[in-house]
Amino acid sequence: MNALTLWFHKIGSPPTFYRIAGAWAPWLFGVAIVLGGIALYGGLFIAPADYQQGDAYRIIFVHVPCAWMSLFAYGFMAFNAFIALVWRIKLSEILAMASAPVGAAFTFVTLVTGSIWGKPMWGTWWTWDPRLTSELVLLFLYLGVIGLHNAIEDRRQAARAASFLALIGIVNVPIVHFSVNWWNTLHQASTVRLMGESHITGSMVWPLLLMALATHIWFFASVAARSRVGLLELEGGKEWARDVALADAPHETMTARG
Amino acid sequence: MDKYADYIWSAYAVFLIVFAIDAIAPRLTRKRVLAEIRGKLKRRTARETTP
Repeated sequence: MNALTLWFHKIGSPPTFYRIAGAWAPWLFGVAIVLGGIALYGGLFIAPADYQQGDAYRIIFVHVPCAWMSLFAYGFMAFNAFIALVWRIKLSEILAMASAPVGAAFTFVTLVTGSIWGKPMWGTWWTWDPRLTSELVLLFLYLGVIGLHNAIEDRRQAARAASFLALIGIVNVPIVHFSVNWWNTLHQASTVRLMGESHITGSMVWPLLLMALATHIWFFASVAARSRVGLLELEGGKEWARDVALADAPHETMTARG
Repeated sequence: MDKYADYIWSAYAVFLIVFAIDAIAPRLTRKRVLAEIRGKLKRRTARETTP
């Protein structure tokens, strides 16, 4: 084994990952909250009103970062699901399953805030438009992964079955992304572009990009917190997990050890 | 904020509530999992010490 593989195995071992994720998670949550708070303030009070949509466009500062994250989280989940299925790495199973509820949360917020935005702008809460429908399918995929994972008793078998579903569902990700270009839809096309000029002014774009950064950091914080719990659940019979459980309730230690 | 204030605030409220739940949920599960591990350990110790 070379140095890199060795390092990977060390990080990937449940007790080590549990410890590292535990050290990082509170900081990631903290940074995400601070950056997100600044972004929300910028979006609500510093950015000017839109010439067409008035203040209603301010929903963009939560809607768009969450929409980006709904796809990013799916990509992260499917990537880990792939590793879990091919190499049967325990940590990848855990990471894939930990990202499903966070991705579902982002997708849910995207749909709800989009709906709240749609009412005053389009005159309807919902329409069966390609972008909206594919995003709803994305939510159902997340819920399917979570449901399947909970339905099977054996934790590793459950994770592998749900990983398989997650991997199949990846076909929906490009559909969501390109739906606004492929079909004639009510949903507007992308405003912010990685390549080429964005169709948005600076005082509006910085809160948006800062919120995007905050939501990415939040995602990893939440996945870290959730995968720690997943590891404890999976390795409940192992020495390290027992030590964590006993250290968590010192007053019970005496009775537990008899 | 103009006439859209209700829409904007409710969108932001949904965002904040969902992620508050997202932050709390793993903490609650963690408590339950740790209690389960302790429970199992207790039962096993009881089995081993009972003649």
